[in-house]
Amino acid sequence: MRRELRGIYSIWLREIIKFYRERIHFASAMTTPLLWLIIFGGGMGINLRTGVISSGYSAYIFPGIVGMTLLFTSMRSGISVIWDREFGFLKEILVSPISRTSIVIGKALGGATSALTQGIMLLLLSFIVHIYISPLNFIKIIPIMLFISLGFDVFGLFIASIIDSFEGFQTIMSFIIMPTFFLSGALFPLTNAPGWLQTLSLLNPLTYGVDAIRGIILNEGRFSLSYDLLIVIGFASFMLIITSWLFNVKK
Amino acid sequence: MYAIETTNLTKKYKTLVAVDNLNLQVEKGKIFGLLGPNGAGKSTILSMLCTIINPTSGSAIVNGYDIIKDSAKVRQSIGIVFQSISVDDRLTARENLRFHSMLYDVPSGIMEGRIQEVLRLVELEDRADSLVRTFSGGMIRRLEMARGLIHHPEILFLDEPTIGLDPQTREHIWDYIKTLAEKEKLTIIMTTHYMDEADLLCDDIAIIDHGVIKVRDTPEKLKSFLVGDNILVTTNLPDKLATGLSGQDFIIEMKVSQNSLNLNVRQGSRNAPQIINIARDLHIAVDSINIDEPTLHDVFLHHTGKNIREEENDNFISMYKRARRGR
Ligand SMILES: Nc1ncnc2c1ncn2[C@@H]1O[C@H](COP(=O)(O)OP(=O)(O)OP(=O)(O)O)[C@@H](O)[C@H]1O
Ligand SMILES: [Mg+2]
Repeated sequence: MRRELRGIYSIWLREIIKFYRERIHFASAMTTPLLWLIIFGGGMGINLRTGVISSGYSAYIFPGIVGMTLLFTSMRSGISVIWDREFGFLKEILVSPISRTSIVIGKALGGATSALTQGIMLLLLSFIVHIYISPLNFIKIIPIMLFISLGFDVFGLFIASIIDSFEGFQTIMSFIIMPTFFLSGALFPLTNAPGWLQTLSLLNPLTYGVDAIRGIILNEGRFSLSYDLLIVIGFASFMLIITSWLFNVKK
Repeated sequence: MYAIETTNLTKKYKTLVAVDNLNLQVEKGKIFGLLGPNGAGKSTILSMLCTIINPTSGSAIVNGYDIIKDSAKVRQSIGIVFQSISVDDRLTARENLRFHSMLYDVPSGIMEGRIQEVLRLVELEDRADSLVRTFSGGMIRRLEMARGLIHHPEILFLDEPTIGLDPQTREHIWDYIKTLAEKEKLTIIMTTHYMDEADLLCDDIAIIDHGVIKVRDTPEKLKSFLVGDNILVTTNLPDKLATGLSGQDFIIEMKVSQNSLNLNVRQGSRNAPQIINIARDLHIAVDSINIDEPTLHDVFLHHTGKNIREEENDNFISMYKRARRGR
């Protein structure tokens, strides 16, 4: 057990070292959510009058943009497995005495750390859209963000382990990421949407992540916090189980 | 107890049999070489022994552990240098070694000492904190060997350790391998397609093709027994000469052609005068005699019926560079 933890730590540490070395990318990745908030939120909000949203539009999408940032960063981190495979480093990891489950956890924690860092930065910038987050709420949001990231991280790893090529991964990702984002209630409530879209939205784990954050920050959650949490944690655990299983099936 | 013992080890990819009922024993403390052309199944054998892939059937014991039931123990007790690069070039040499030490649970108290020790062994101390992407192919190979040794394995697997490296670097790496075998009391299992490498380093060689061992022996015996020198005698009475020579113990093989006799002979230069003497005694006029000393290449050709390989396609460094360019 102790050696598995050490293995997880070392895999995590490697991701962090590389993440730190490439912090320029990190800074540039932060511009996307800010553009959404300021340009999309500001521009769209002026043209939008809807009874469903009681807070300002920019404030409404803020939790959604946090969710988007976590989603984008987490899913993309699956690509590190493809890089590792391409460059042969995956063999070094796979041939070590560490269990496949620990490898998946280590990788997922690495990706989640960078996603979480972005999420926290974004929370710190919430004043841009005139939101005040109390320290207590701030602390409550962190574990929620962590589980959202972990779930989508492992989802990314899952896809990376079945798709071998870099291009294939990118293609699948664009098919998954955007619908997940749009159907999560990040940008608009789906309560008035056609039934089939509502169903898809209810099947989307990000819906509950965004809802939990929105509930805490704006007090506008659709579901109870514990229900949201249950689904977000359940999704992460479920993905972890099938992905470690997939890693365990040797080719 | 053997370091490695396989029983009917087989790997099939759909219809292709990459490794075919392999029965192999390797003694401890030896340098054992697998020699074979492209696609012979060398890397597949190593992958199974290293528990990276499961055999289709059959089994193997590595260091006393079963590769299927005890794969974690097998992994802990072996070190591997893969055919293609497997270091992280975005990390420094030391970081790569640390990562490996932690994965193999080298106690943290002695970890830095071990890292220093292996870095010294492969003479990379002064580059320890440079990013690996600034390394040459030879340095990467040395780093990989160092890495394979940190956790003090009992067996070191080297898959084509010097492929694509320049002659000087290859010699350098040979020195390391020899030093390791002597000092560390390791069993080394290596694959190669360089005859000189196999000859120089290995105590024992198996020539393998289509997943089957064609022959296995010490390099000396392979060279002396299996292939002699080729002697081409031009004469108008090749049949008669062949009859006269039959029964001579230095003759391995004879082939009669229209105006010549192809001989395969042990120690050709020494026995050539003997051939001429016999011809003279039989009053056969010999027009010319041509001695062709075999290289190990011929040994290989003899057993596999093919040349060892076109080098350029899978050059280690060019493969690496190609991959790196894409990044
Ligand atoms: N994953 C795979 N799927 C299908 N066929 C494979 C796979 N891996 C190897 N093979 C086939 O198995 C055979 C043996 O391959 P292997 O890599 O073991 O050869 P090798 O002796 O190491 O060759 P080389 O000298 O080129 O490294 C080859 O015909 C190869 O095409
Ligand atoms: Mg090979």
